[in-house]
Order: sequence, then structure tokens, then C-alpha cells
Amino acid sequence: MSSTAVRDQAGPKTPGPDGTGRGERLAALVQKRGAPIVLLVVVVVASIASPGFADWANVSGVLGGNAFVWLLALGMTFVITTGGIDLSVGSMYALGGVLAADGSRAGSWAAVLLPLAVGAAWGTVQGMLVARARMAPFIVSLAGLLGVRGVLQAITNEGSTTYLVPAGSWARKLGEGTWTPVLIVAALFVLGGLLLTRTRFGATLTAIGGNENAAVLMGLPVARAKVYVYVLSGSLAGLAGALGGLRLGSGVTTIGVGYELTAIASVVIGGTLLTGGYGTVGGTVCGVLLLAVLHNLIDHYFSSYGSAFTDAVNGAFLALVVLSQTLLGRARHVE
Amino acid sequence: MIPTQAPAPDGEPVLEVVGAGKTFAGVHALRDVSLSLRPGEVHALIGENGAGKSTLIKVMTGVHRPDTGTVTLAGRTVAFTTPLEAQAAGISTIYQEVNLIPLMSVARNLFLGREPRRFGVVDTRAMNRQAAQILRGYGVESDVSRPLHTLGLGAQQMVALARAVRIDARVVIMDEPTSSLEPREVETLFSVIRDLRSKGVAVVYVSHRLDELYAICDRVTVMRDGAVVHTGELAGLERLKLISLMLGREMSEVRREGATAFAADGHDRQEDQPILEARDLAVRHKVNGVSLSIRPGEVVGLGGLLGSGRSETAKAVVGAIATEGGTVSVAGTAMTRRSPAAAIRAGVVMLAEDRKAEGIIPSLSVRENIVLAALPRLSRGGIVSTARQDEVVTYFMERLGIKASGPEQRVSDLSGGNQQKVLLARWLCMNPKVLLLDEPTRGIDVGAKAEVQSLVDELAREGLGVLLISSELEELIEGSDRVVVLKDGAVVGHLEGDGVTEQALLAALASSGADGADGDVPGADGDVSGADGDASRAEETR
Repeated sequence: MSSTAVRDQAGPKTPGPDGTGRGERLAALVQKRGAPIVLLVVVVVASIASPGFADWANVSGVLGGNAFVWLLALGMTFVITTGGIDLSVGSMYALGGVLAADGSRAGSWAAVLLPLAVGAAWGTVQGMLVARARMAPFIVSLAGLLGVRGVLQAITNEGSTTYLVPAGSWARKLGEGTWTPVLIVAALFVLGGLLLTRTRFGATLTAIGGNENAAVLMGLPVARAKVYVYVLSGSLAGLAGALGGLRLGSGVTTIGVGYELTAIASVVIGGTLLTGGYGTVGGTVCGVLLLAVLHNLIDHYFSSYGSAFTDAVNGAFLALVVLSQTLLGRARHVE
Repeated sequence: MIPTQAPAPDGEPVLEVVGAGKTFAGVHALRDVSLSLRPGEVHALIGENGAGKSTLIKVMTGVHRPDTGTVTLAGRTVAFTTPLEAQAAGISTIYQEVNLIPLMSVARNLFLGREPRRFGVVDTRAMNRQAAQILRGYGVESDVSRPLHTLGLGAQQMVALARAVRIDARVVIMDEPTSSLEPREVETLFSVIRDLRSKGVAVVYVSHRLDELYAICDRVTVMRDGAVVHTGELAGLERLKLISLMLGREMSEVRREGATAFAADGHDRQEDQPILEARDLAVRHKVNGVSLSIRPGEVVGLGGLLGSGRSETAKAVVGAIATEGGTVSVAGTAMTRRSPAAAIRAGVVMLAEDRKAEGIIPSLSVRENIVLAALPRLSRGGIVSTARQDEVVTYFMERLGIKASGPEQRVSDLSGGNQQKVLLARWLCMNPKVLLLDEPTRGIDVGAKAEVQSLVDELAREGLGVLLISSELEELIEGSDRVVVLKDGAVVGHLEGDGVTEQALLAALASSGADGADGDVPGADGDVSGADGDASRAEETR
């Protein structure tokens, strides 16, 4: 018997208090409030240091000129919250503009509704491919990016046909000035924010991005929500394009190239996790404003260096933001 | 918070699975399985890895549909196609892994899919208030508006539990609910289960912790190899009997001969100084102060049931998982940095349990797979010497008897046994001092198994220290010079010399936990010493 010893099991450890470290709280704060803080700092510094920055002429130019493009970032916020991506929105923006100009000949309503319907239709196709056929969102929407641009080229005979919005159309008023675009876009952002934070649909989107398996096991309508999210993104892109086209007065075929990447950048800068599971519309608002302000400043100071330089600064800033997010995420996991 | 319904009369099963069969790619996961749950009973479902418990649960919860057989809920035949349907019908499940959304608030997680609404939008205030109230009943006092991941794992499991129970459940299935709970939380869980029982809810309780089963369960169903081998009252069933049922061993039937290719005699220890010594290893929720030492030329077996922390111990030794404490020293030198790379440098290598996920790179050739880890040693100034590679590869292919058309054949074309040998070769060409083998013969054919086993023998003979983890009793008993028995992440027994027998191992496994309720192991000592005698006689006769 001496060779066999059966020992008592060691008692389990006493539980520690489950509290949150200060570092973790700080990390959470920066992730949540980082974008508004940086935005505030940049705006304050720019207003003091750069004469003319805070002038209404400059501000209204920044707001009015960009507002519709920001809708792409709104749609993208939903998509990325589910852990997906929609690369087709830049092409859809351009197609929306051309369809609006084309449709405006049939009436002002058509100018708005036609692009909206086409955006929704393509969004449905993408959503079905992602949710039902289980294809990778990146591939599906990359096909969208190329395909939609192709359709656009076909409609316009490779850019040689230009559609103009009739001068008498009331739809043109939607894009005029500063306040109308800003109010339209602001209203949509408010609705989007409510959708994401205060509805079951929004909760489902966050759940899908956070842990899709768990969402399925909890009995949430995962596939349906994923379809809707691409429909939403496509519709917003079509609408944004339409409004942008109405503002310009014609459909411009070369517009919108790379807009999907700017939208993604704004969303990520706003604190939405690229891997999904956490997204805020408020953050995206800060993200788009921050990028717009930086663009404006860089244009102002460095326009002599060319627009390529703007893009380089843009890219560097995005890399910085993603890097800090990664580091913060790591800090949280290490505990 | 818990559905109020009168308990149905006894004998009328609330959920019944009859003759369920399920095949995956020609493999029988379930064979003619029947399970009947009465209202207000806590039913233990136990079995080793691959016994079919998970498949049975998935059949009951609508994740899988059975190929044959029926599922009956409250007298009506049901055919769930999604988990949602099963939930709606009153069957809710708590999974082993916490299946919640980490970055969402606690309250959100609790109410996902059925949030209280006002004017069409989610009423956050009402939701938070109700969530706090519900969770207080589960011992969770945290701020419910904080993200879920800020809670401890145990508290997260409690949220999952509260979520599952909140639905008007008739059946609650708990798949290893205590694997991440602290003792205090286990008590809370038990009181919730008792509450459910008194309300007439049937609970299916899956766990490997026998103490828990005896503490809370009324009846038990034991599964093995996809079939039910026993169903009955738990009280009065001996622990030893329960374990023999799970492992498919009768106490009287101890086969000693012909089962494995290990030589019958032990290995000569060349030195008595341990080559590897681990002290008080601790891994959160998994390993609780395990110490073990391996001497050169010795095979140390690590025994234990599924979930006892065997693999985690091995991984903790090589630094593949984060440890909460403990030291590892190799040949008397303490390892300061703990990582697989540092372990390899020190001469400790591990053959991982999951060959596909953690070892082989299928698209590469046999040669590439073998030299992968040794590349730094086979190259000078970053240039890989082909001649030295070929030398090493040829040597090991011959030595281990790797059957391949040549060194350039793709590893994915080889059989499982030969893939395992390729992995072994990869580690052996690092000149290790200690080899940790986690289930080295799982999933490989009989012939290759014998070859791997005799190879392990041979390596030990040459002076390697070997740690052997195996769920196969014969392999463990016959392959090891000593066996360290783990249970719930702690060492509960040491078997040495003639004491390395199946009976002794089973007795150690059946020993109850620290709570001292050892009345269920009748005369464990006597049995074991008797077994000692038998075993030593058996040794002599060979």
C-alpha cells in the first residue's frame, strides 16, 4: 500500500473581487470618448492658430459640401457593427447621382426614389449573398464595387452621356446651401443612432458582431438582420448619391472613387470596432467631422503639395487610430 | 423570474427522446439513444469525450435533427429545426462556454431579443431596473449597465443562467455549468436548481465533477460510444461503479496482456535527479496547484477524467497557456520566461492533442514539416543547408518508420499515424530532454498506435523524460512507470511501481473531493492493495 497514496484534493482558491482596474476604465473611456476629445482639441487649436478656420464661409463649406457623403459612414457603421464590410457604397454613391439626374427628367420624386430603390435592391442582393449563401462580405461587396461602377459606365456610355437635373425641379432644393443638407443628414444620423441603441434590431446587430454563434443560440434573427443591414447601407448610399447629384445638378460618373474607404475610416476613428460587436453612431459623427476638419486644414496649409499629400496624412492618422485601438484592446485582455 | 407552473404528475415525462440515432460522415454519434426526463427531476448526463452527450443535447435543443427516433415534449412529438423553436417550446440551454456578447451591457445580454419596450423603442431604464433585480437573485450585484466582459467569468455564467431560466422553461439543460464557477457561485447555482426542481422544471445536468452530481442530481444517464449504457437513480450507485460504466471497465476485468505495445518491464532510471520539475502550477479554473517531476528515462503518466486539467497542466508546463502561479525548472534550472519558444530552447517539447489544429501543416511536405521547428539550427547566417536537412529528414523517416513515398510527399496525403510520427520527428530533431505527449495515439490506426507506443518506450530507454497523457487506460497503465492522477485540476493520487494498476487508478479517480464525503468509496484502500498484489503477480508471470 505504501506505493499508492491518495491525497486530499487541494481546496479551491478563494475568489477575488471582480472589479475593473483603473487602466481598463481609462481604456474604455478612450475607446468611447476618444474621437470627440480629439475632435474638440483639433477644432480649438485650429480656431486659435488658423485665422479663417472658424469663419462661417469655411465652416459652411466643410459642412454643406460633405454632409451627404457622411451618410455612407452611417450605413457603414451598421455594417461594421455586425462584423461585416460594404465596399460597394462609393460606386453606389456615384450611381445614385447619375440615377437621380436621369430620374429627375421623369419628375422630382423619381429623382429621389429611383436611386433609393436601386440602392436597396443591390443591398438586398449583397445581404442575401452574405447572410444566406454565407459568402465573405469583403468579396461580395468588392464585386459590388466593381459591378456597380460597371453599370454606371454602361448607363452613361462610359461617361460620354451627361444627365442634368432640370433647373425647375424642386428636388434641387434638397441639396442647396448649407442648412438643408446638414439638417437632412443630421436627422438621419439621429434616427440611425436610435435604431442602433434603442431597438431590438440594433441590439441584434451588436450581438451578431460580438458573437455570432451566441446570437444564433440565443434565438435572435441573425440572417434576417444581416440582410437588412446591407439593405440599409445600400439604400443610404443610393440616397446619399442622389442628394449629392441633386446638389451638383448633374450625375458625375467619376465621383465616389475611394469613398467607401473614407467611410470605413470615419467609422473606425469614431471608435466602432472593425471586428464588430461595438458600434456607435455618435462616434461616427465625430469620425466624419474629424476627417473633414483635418482635410480642410491640410488643404489649407498643404494644398501646394497636392491632394496626394492629403491622402497620405489621412492614411497615417487612420493607422494611428487603429494602432491605439489595438493597444487598448490588448490592455483589456491582459487585465 | 422562474416560471410558475404546477408540477406535472410523476411518471409523465416532460421530455422524451426515443431511439435517437445520428450519423456524421458515416460515424455513429448516437445509436438508439433514449432519455426520459420527468418534471422536477435533476438528471445527470455523463460520459467521456466522444460519448455522444453533446450530440444528444443538440438533438434536444434543435441544433441537430436525429436521423432516426423521436423527440417528444409533453406528450407531443416535436421536430425542432432551430434553437429558437426549442426555446419557444420551453427547452433552454446553458452552454459550457459563456455564449453572450462581451461588449454589450449586462442588462442588454439578459434581455436580448425580448427587451421591454416603450413607444416602440427599448426602455433602457426599465430594462436595467429589472435586470438588476433579477440578477440579485443570482448573487450578481454588479452595475448592469456595464459591459458584460467586465464581469468575472462566474458572474457571466450566472447571467447566462438567469437568461436561460427566465424563459418559461420546462426543461433546462446545463452543459458543464460549473466549469468556470467559484465555490460560492456553485452554491448559488445549486439553489437555483433546487428552486427549478420545486417548480417542476426538469434539469439536465452535464458535469464531470462527481461530487456535484451526487450533491444535486436525482437520476443519472451514462453514455459511452454514442449509446446509453446505464440509466437509473443516482443515490445508491457507487462512484466506482459509475466510473467503470463511463470508462467501459468492469472492476473484475482488468486486461493486462496484448492491449498495447509497451514493454512489460519498466525503464531504468539513469539518474534520480528530475530533468523536469513543476511546482504548484495553477491555471485559472483549470489547474489548482499541480506539482510533478520527471526523471530522465522515465515515463510519467498523467491520469484523470475529461476536464481534470491534464492537457492544461502540460500546456502550463511549456507556457502555452497563461498560468496564475507555479514554477518550472528543467535540469535544475528554473525557467524565468515561460513561453513555448523558451521551453523548446530549454529542451521541453509538447506534442499537442489536436494534431490538425496545433501541429501539422497539411500543405507542406514531410521534409518541410519535420524541419520546420529546427530550421534555425539547420541554417547558418539565414541560409538553410539542404544537405543537413536531408540528413536529418532521412534519419528520422527511417528511425520512426514514416511510410511516405518520399520526403517531398505532402503530409496531408499521409495516414493519421504517419502524420503523428512526422510531428514526433519534428520535435525529436530538436534534441529534446523532455517530451510531453498529449493523447499521442488518438485517432490513429492500430498498427501505427503500436509503433508509436514502442517508440515512446524506446525514447525513454534512451534517456528522455516523457509525460504521457492518455484517455486509454491500458496505454496509460502499461506505458507509464508512474502515474499522477488529477481530478478537478488537483493531484489526487500517485501510483508507483507495482501500484500502477487500473484498479488503483479507478480508485483514485473515484475518491471524493476535499469535502471529505468519502463514504462512497468502500474500502478503497483494501481494494487497491489487493490490486497491487494481483498486478505484481501478473508482472512476475510474464
